Amino acid sequence: MFVAVFGSVEQGIIYAIMALGVYLTFRVLDFPDLTVDGSFVTGGATAATMITLGYDPIIATLCAILAGFIAGSITGILHTKAKINALLAGILMMIALYSINLRIMGSTLENGIGRPNIPLSNATTLFTEISAFWKSLGIDDVINNMLRGIGFEQTPNTWGTVFFMVIVTFAIKFAADWFLKTESGLALRATGDNKKMIRSFSANTDTLIILGLGLSNALVALSGALIAQYNRFADVQAGVGMIVSGLASVIIGEAIFGTKSVMRTTLAVVCGAVIYRIVIALAMQIKIFDTGDLKLLTAVIVIIALVLPRVIDKRKEQKRKAKRKAEKLAMLAQAKKEGETIA
Amino acid sequence: MLKLEHINKIFNEGTPDEKVALQDIQLSLEPGDFVTIIGSNGAGKSTMMNMISGALTPDLGSIHINHQDVTRLPEYKRSRYIGRVFQDPMAGTAPNMTIEENLAIAYSRNRSRGLRIGVNRKRKQLFKEALASLGLNLENRLSAKVGLLSGGERQALSLLMATFTKPDILLLDEHTAALDPSRAALITNLTKELVHKDNLTTLMITHDMQQAIDLGNRLIMMDKGQIILEVSPEDKVNLTIPDLMEHFQKIRGEKMVSDRVLLAT
Repeated sequence: MFVAVFGSVEQGIIYAIMALGVYLTFRVLDFPDLTVDGSFVTGGATAATMITLGYDPIIATLCAILAGFIAGSITGILHTKAKINALLAGILMMIALYSINLRIMGSTLENGIGRPNIPLSNATTLFTEISAFWKSLGIDDVINNMLRGIGFEQTPNTWGTVFFMVIVTFAIKFAADWFLKTESGLALRATGDNKKMIRSFSANTDTLIILGLGLSNALVALSGALIAQYNRFADVQAGVGMIVSGLASVIIGEAIFGTKSVMRTTLAVVCGAVIYRIVIALAMQIKIFDTGDLKLLTAVIVIIALVLPRVIDKRKEQKRKAKRKAEKLAMLAQAKKEGETIA
Repeated sequence: MLKLEHINKIFNEGTPDEKVALQDIQLSLEPGDFVTIIGSNGAGKSTMMNMISGALTPDLGSIHINHQDVTRLPEYKRSRYIGRVFQDPMAGTAPNMTIEENLAIAYSRNRSRGLRIGVNRKRKQLFKEALASLGLNLENRLSAKVGLLSGGERQALSLLMATFTKPDILLLDEHTAALDPSRAALITNLTKELVHKDNLTTLMITHDMQQAIDLGNRLIMMDKGQIILEVSPEDKVNLTIPDLMEHFQKIRGEKMVSDRVLLAT
């Protein structure tokens, strides 16, 4: 149980980078970008291919980020320059990326045709390097001994991944916070908030949308590249429903932690991603669910997260009204009584 | 400062919905001119403003700002020189961003936006001083989201933002029409102050004849895509509403006659 939850925390922190990307488009730019399902795989495919071809995992990951940026920018160009509806532009790019991803992974084969997956079982990835480094520090034994001391029987293999990913994800979160406060970042946010207004203040909304989509998909691809290395497997199907789980993370996080400021919201998104993975992991512990039900669960979670806040608000409103009504009736009754005594 | 030459625009050309929006518009503004524009609905007032701002491009004719031909310059590039306030108080500000963030956007209108922090301490002081001049106590609510402000407050902020970088041209499109009378009076006064302070070259559309007479040094009347009356600074001093009505009646009367003639033949 503990190990299962621990694993989902590890994954959650990696997926949080993807969720930050989704936040950037869905919330900041107000652009429902479906490219994510494709660009997540593009990240994984690029990293896995380059690692297989013998490149350093860091370079492979950086190239994955670049690939995601390009994919997102193209969606942006389709929307702003070719005037294609936002949803459709994303779907078109997502479908196009499916073939492109097969081709990317195919470049590990001699004939160069499409390849649906790449195992990385014996390859050197970012995480094998991190855990080797981490082992040399000897922190794992200390933590695990402590855990065994307080009664946990099973302990995780390494804490290195979690610590490393917390640093990476929070570095990205703080970078995003900073960027959204710069002049360009403010213009980007205004583009999502009021296009007419920001155009009247000499900002090129087309460029900003392309830039925003590029940055968002760069983060998504980074997340995909890290997940592929974490799972030691890149798969062309890995991105199916990614946008929905990203959205689930954003909505869950916002509902729990609030959206008072940008910094608060990005923190909420990161935490939302982790919570979402834990919820899924716990649901999987229930015997009636199979891994195939994951997407259905995700959809249900998103629906609940969307509906629940409204239901709660309505309840509160009704309670408030009922209370006011009761007070008013009591006051009237009191006044009547007083009137009678005077009479 | 601003020069419109032979501006023509037809909407939906070649379809049954064809509409001549502007016909051979000629207008020239000197630096510091404040021109009020009146005219009935569909007269082409807003279309003309959208031509100047770059939201629309003319079919024919040219637009010069500061002796520079801007006819083909896209809206976002042109808005370096042009400040705009819209009729809808919601249109000129970003509701989910704070007052200081909105001002920071206005502040970087005429410089290229980079990776400098938008709201730093120095700018905050500048924003506070500017807001204080509105007299609405907004200077103490710098980090409040603009969506929480009332329509009048938002319009005052829009006006401040539009004039913040002292644009070459200020365009006001019925910016007091959506407000209640007391708020409208407040915004009218603010307009007077802000325009006067920096001697801004201004074009203002209004449906309120008294406002058109009270504000500005020149007045034009538009109808059916044409400028049908221009009142010079000398004549505007003594202009009254009855004068305007008379002009309006006279021109409309002629139009009606010509319509009847058309129907008769």
